[in-house]
Amino acid sequence: MSSHVITVPVGQTEARPWVDQLHEWLATVDHKRLGILYIGSALLFLAVGGVEALIIRIQLMHSHNNFVSAEVFNQMFTMHGTTMIFFVAMPVLFGFANYLVPLMIGARDMAFPRLNAFSFWLSFLGALLLYFSFFGGSGLYGAGSAPDVGWWSYAPLGARAFSPGHSSDYWTLALLVSGFGSIGTAINIIATILCLRCPGMKLNRMPLLVWMNLVMAGMVLLAITPLSAAQIMLLIDRYLGGHFFDTQAGGSAVLWMHFFWIFGHPEVYVLIIPCFAFMSEIIPVFSRKPIFGYPVMVAATVCIAFVSMSVWAHHMFTIGMNSYANSFFTLTTMAVGIPTGIKIFNWIGTMWGGRIQFKTPMLFSIAFLFQFLIAGLTGIMMAASPFDWQLSLSYFVVAHFHYVIVGGILFALFAAFYYWYPKITGRMLSERLGTWHFWLFLIGFHLTFDVMHIPGLLGMPRRIYTYEPGRGWDTLNLIVSIGAFIQAIAILVFLANLIISYFKGDDAGNDPWDAWTLEWSTSSPPPAYNFATVPTVASRRPLWDLKHPEDPDSRYE
Amino acid sequence: MLPRRTKSSLCSGWQIVLLLFWSCSALWAVASDATPGHGTNVFSPASTPAKSIKDLSVFVLAITGIIFLVVFVLLVYSVVKFRGRALDAGREPAQVYGSTQIELAWTIIPTLIVVVLFLATARVIHAIQDAPEPVGAVEVTVIGHQYWWEFRYPKLGIVTANELHIPVSNPDHPTPTFLQLLSADTDHSFWVPELAGKTDLIPNHPNRMWMDPQSTGVFVGQCAQYCGIQHAKMLLRVSVDGPEDFAAWIQAQHKPAVEDTAVIAGRRVFERNACMNCHAVGGTSADGRFGPDLTHLMSRATIAAGAAQNTSDNLRLWIQNPSAIKPGSLMPAMKLSDADLNAVVSYMETLH
Repeated sequence: MSSHVITVPVGQTEARPWVDQLHEWLATVDHKRLGILYIGSALLFLAVGGVEALIIRIQLMHSHNNFVSAEVFNQMFTMHGTTMIFFVAMPVLFGFANYLVPLMIGARDMAFPRLNAFSFWLSFLGALLLYFSFFGGSGLYGAGSAPDVGWWSYAPLGARAFSPGHSSDYWTLALLVSGFGSIGTAINIIATILCLRCPGMKLNRMPLLVWMNLVMAGMVLLAITPLSAAQIMLLIDRYLGGHFFDTQAGGSAVLWMHFFWIFGHPEVYVLIIPCFAFMSEIIPVFSRKPIFGYPVMVAATVCIAFVSMSVWAHHMFTIGMNSYANSFFTLTTMAVGIPTGIKIFNWIGTMWGGRIQFKTPMLFSIAFLFQFLIAGLTGIMMAASPFDWQLSLSYFVVAHFHYVIVGGILFALFAAFYYWYPKITGRMLSERLGTWHFWLFLIGFHLTFDVMHIPGLLGMPRRIYTYEPGRGWDTLNLIVSIGAFIQAIAILVFLANLIISYFKGDDAGNDPWDAWTLEWSTSSPPPAYNFATVPTVASRRPLWDLKHPEDPDSRYE
Repeated sequence: MLPRRTKSSLCSGWQIVLLLFWSCSALWAVASDATPGHGTNVFSPASTPAKSIKDLSVFVLAITGIIFLVVFVLLVYSVVKFRGRALDAGREPAQVYGSTQIELAWTIIPTLIVVVLFLATARVIHAIQDAPEPVGAVEVTVIGHQYWWEFRYPKLGIVTANELHIPVSNPDHPTPTFLQLLSADTDHSFWVPELAGKTDLIPNHPNRMWMDPQSTGVFVGQCAQYCGIQHAKMLLRVSVDGPEDFAAWIQAQHKPAVEDTAVIAGRRVFERNACMNCHAVGGTSADGRFGPDLTHLMSRATIAAGAAQNTSDNLRLWIQNPSAIKPGSLMPAMKLSDADLNAVVSYMETLH
């Protein structure tokens, strides 16, 4: 394989005028550059969404606080949720998929490079539209206003009667536009994986990351389309006199809930499955063993995808569905825990008997396993719908889904950053700063989100800009807020690490982790077309075969 | 070799600390059971639906707790036992690709657990949701408004707001209360954690819930479904009365508004201004339905859906500048002269 490595000719790295460089980035159709653009824009909005979270946490530090007004608080939690899901989590995962999938299947680019660029710029435009609402939300009447209807924009709150002005329009259009971008990317990922695999890369030899991104892309197609449909219906309601969700004219608020959550729940898996993918690459490499139960992992992923399409109404246990519907969604929701549990066991099985190396990516991965376990178990608690009648819409559920999104998805993403940054930049991230980042974030995370479960059990509803004293919520909320600031510091350490290591990091070489998948066979960063000669593979771990010719994997397949 | 050892023992260390922390937190929540008075703790139920939920939740917590311990121990064990050592340098461990038996085991056992959990849950769903309404049940229609609660007792002919009165229920002769949940505008959710789980109030989608509180006193809660700017100050008070108190309350509510000639000026102000467009006072020409019924305003401990105590200072402030108490409230600032304001507050204070 080493014969395939391309060394970048010196002339290519020479500095060109910045206008040329900018033009190259703006007009690029290269999957790696688009991947970096996705990741960069996500980091930008991570900072914005993080500031919004901090404003929320300052306001809730104690009862009857007046840091921000009710209006601003409502805008903050709406923008925080919308930003983090649509303009941080999705783009960053699409970014990694874009960057890694072609490299891992031995392809030179995505199947549709122009569609790829188009999709990215649509998503980015969506984010700009959403944030333009701060300036343009109220049109001609002076001060702007951001959407304040919550990130579900439940009907009829999003109807014109209750949400006059244009803030809800910006929300709707932002999601519609970025949704089209997501659909484009999903089609691209599916086409790339199905059509551009290198010789020998049969479906059952694809790295698990590729498999899981294939499933993720399929789910995006199924999940985003109903959301887009609902947004179009909402626009018809708001501007063409439609009555889909207009309860005052006989429309249905419940219909909106179904549309939103049949997007919303699969969306959770759209976000977590790529993180399972990171774990399935990182844990084996740092345990020095192949993934335990490869076929079962694939089957469990596909199984999760199917089952997760039939669990959406567990977000709606309190809306008064009948006892049969509640029982059905209880069953399907609990059932989705089975394939998810299988995955956790398989990762532990991978570590079992290995020689675990505690590099930063592995630290984040172990924390992921621990936290995802807890997130799954609180999920089982809420799947028991009567228990959910108490927990739903409370801070317990807020703690639960942040456990999934921060404790699970964000920790997995950090692992991925530390693992693939050397490939993307050619430099290692500092282990020293990485360790600081890990421990600070871990402490902040647990301070915030472990404690946040308790006010929920003590009856504190979500989305309230202030609360009454004497309910036993004050101290807990103060601890939660302190944890949020520790997390913010950890994120700053991470961003500093990204920047400092880019200039001063150790040289990564092609394969710093002694890993086994194809992206490590090319130079770091990879050249424009990835591979000078298209590689040929004979097993799931082509680089293992190369490094251990005496005992190649291909012998056992 | 030594540094690596330290690192891995740290790794298991933090997880054990977190485990302890987690269980302490859970204990704390359960232990605050003992605090006197009625709070909003889901683990100190005072009514059958809340009790069945608590029993189920303890069962679910036990099972998930056991799962947590098992997986956690496996995870910590593998992290500690299989940590890389300096001596291993350059040698790869045995390459194991999987095991069908083990995969089957960790598929079948969780499946059995899910079946058990589901059956236990389905029983409680059925017991709470499909409970028949006994003949003696009290019926209340709850209508959610931005940002207050309207309570109507269709069988008793009573209309009130924000503070629900229901009878205590003796388990031998249960007198449960059945709520019909409606909304006049956006979605709301009725949540008094110690009496029952929450149920949403959705326009065009009538819902039902019930409770049979077994101890008297005031239970608090609040709107749980985001309903607009002042979602936070849409508080709920449920007064559970003994049989005599409840009968007396009904009798008092049946009376028309007190007519006191001493405050006739205040009544004129009330009827001359926009007040009567939104508020009703029984027995007078004021019959607005957009705001709370004020016929027996003084029988309530709070105003503005629990946002302030019902005192004359608060009433003055509320009438003159509602935003001072509850910004975003749909009550307009009345901008009355001092004389009119005094008069109308005096009038309000006679409405017992």
